[in-house]
Amino acid sequence: MTLPFTAAAVRRAVASGRVAAVDVCQAALDRIAQADSALNAFRHVDAEGALARAAEIDRRRDDLMHLPLLGVPVALKDNICTRRMPTTASSHVLEGYCPPYDAEVVERLESAGAIIVGKTNCDEFAMGSSTENSAYGVTRNPWDLERIPGGSSGGSAAAVAARLVPLALGSDTGGSIRQPAALCGVTGFKPTYGRVSRYGLLAFASSLDQIGPIATCIEDAALATSVLAGHDPRDATSVDASVPDFASSIVEGSLTGLRVGVPRTLMSEGVEAGVLSAIEAALGVLASRGAKLLDVELPHSRHGIAAYYLIATAEASSNLARYDGVRYGVRGKGIDRTLIDMYEHTRGAGFGAEVKRRIMLGTYVLSAGYYEAYYRKAQQVRTLISRDYDAAFEQVDVIALPTSPTGAFRLGERTADPVLMYLADVFTVGANLAGVPAISVPCGFTADNLPVGLQLTSRKMEEGTLLRAAAAFERATDWHERQPAAVTAGG
Amino acid sequence: MSSSLAPEEVERIAHLARLSLTAEERDLFARQLTAVLQYAEQLQELDTSGVPPTSHPLALSAPLRDDEIRPSLPRAEALESAPDPDRAAGLFKVPRVLGGA
Repeated sequence: MTLPFTAAAVRRAVASGRVAAVDVCQAALDRIAQADSALNAFRHVDAEGALARAAEIDRRRDDLMHLPLLGVPVALKDNICTRRMPTTASSHVLEGYCPPYDAEVVERLESAGAIIVGKTNCDEFAMGSSTENSAYGVTRNPWDLERIPGGSSGGSAAAVAARLVPLALGSDTGGSIRQPAALCGVTGFKPTYGRVSRYGLLAFASSLDQIGPIATCIEDAALATSVLAGHDPRDATSVDASVPDFASSIVEGSLTGLRVGVPRTLMSEGVEAGVLSAIEAALGVLASRGAKLLDVELPHSRHGIAAYYLIATAEASSNLARYDGVRYGVRGKGIDRTLIDMYEHTRGAGFGAEVKRRIMLGTYVLSAGYYEAYYRKAQQVRTLISRDYDAAFEQVDVIALPTSPTGAFRLGERTADPVLMYLADVFTVGANLAGVPAISVPCGFTADNLPVGLQLTSRKMEEGTLLRAAAAFERATDWHERQPAAVTAGG
Repeated sequence: MSSSLAPEEVERIAHLARLSLTAEERDLFARQLTAVLQYAEQLQELDTSGVPPTSHPLALSAPLRDDEIRPSLPRAEALESAPDPDRAAGLFKVPRVLGGA
């Protein structure tokens, strides 16, 4: 008998007793064992722990059958703290580190009946757009093993795209959930800033970071978001607001009355032809479902990358000061005459090149004499960008853009040129700067047969509108059902 | 404002950030950070006079909790992850803080 795959289908089958959670879990572990030597999507797999948890769910099924993610195998980006598994953020500086606590999202997933099978590869400390900055090797794109999966949540996106697990968590600071989801042909959702607790997420840029799901369909993304969202007193930036049942917001089929804004000026340069034609076709689908397309302007968005990279690196330079070889992680060996020698050696040896670049850029823009010209200026531009979104959302309910200006690029193609790499985030950083929710859904392929993602954005706390639009698009198309050819070891 | 970083300036910043760099890294970062800062120069085109800075997407309040005693991370567990703990004394050990020998 064929086992169910999506989170919603697994939950139904396990709750009804038709399928054992142990069988679903073993099948996921088998797929990982089969494919991951080629993909390198996982940093750590906890087969024993996952199977024990699955057996417990089967044993206690009568008590647990109401749980929304019962028996669903889930993978976590390796910057989310797990007590029973190592958490390294794909950095040498945290090699072997097992945190003494679970992140809030881990507690929520487990209370909802999910089975955490392992941790996924990412750019070191979530800093990157290709997963090439992992200290433990690049993750490969299941659609073309010579290409990057996007980043920084590249392992989570590749694991879902290759159908190893139905659901994975990522974190999104400037596009790190949406861009890899787009480049791997799956759905990636960044909720409103503050919707999901960051307690236990290794901080990169605290005013931008947000955890969210990567899945193969909107129903699973909605299901997961209902579990993840909600106030957490342990995160002072967590929003104290009621959480709608997102799964019920996607039931309605028509988009009649929905106003969709298209920032045509922003899309007019630097977008690959195949991406543009897929987006135009997707807009046509939204219109055919009753949405009204309107031109909108986000005039300051072309300055978004510059503002983003100054703000994010400034916050990172402060957040990453804690990796100093004292309380956790790896201490640099050899040069330790004084405390400062030890700090410098630990951090010099423990961090990779991109993390060092960003810490230095952030330190520079916060330093005396440069603060006003760079950091404060970037924060003012952040205000202008947020105001652009406010103004656009007076006219429209949803804004549509490509998630990424290109399909997945080749391994190594952009590693020598940081600015070129940063430009991959041109359409995604705006949602983080403004704090609004955004989703990427599969909407076609480029001429090279690489997936394209349609990005939809809405007002803060209006995830329901976003998910309803995305679900209507999904129902009218079959892009989300396209799968890469099976990836096997050596193949 | 200069948007070009000399290798000596890179060394100064690296020290502020407590990062040891090799000579190759210093020269590479001088070039790459100069390119990033030149890209960021475009922000100067925008007139931001009178625009308040945004430090955070939420209108933040500072929530207060009741002043009651709650358990925190036990000391032994906190020491478990440390590279050089003194478990008996309950301390993180570090090299000397002042001067060289």
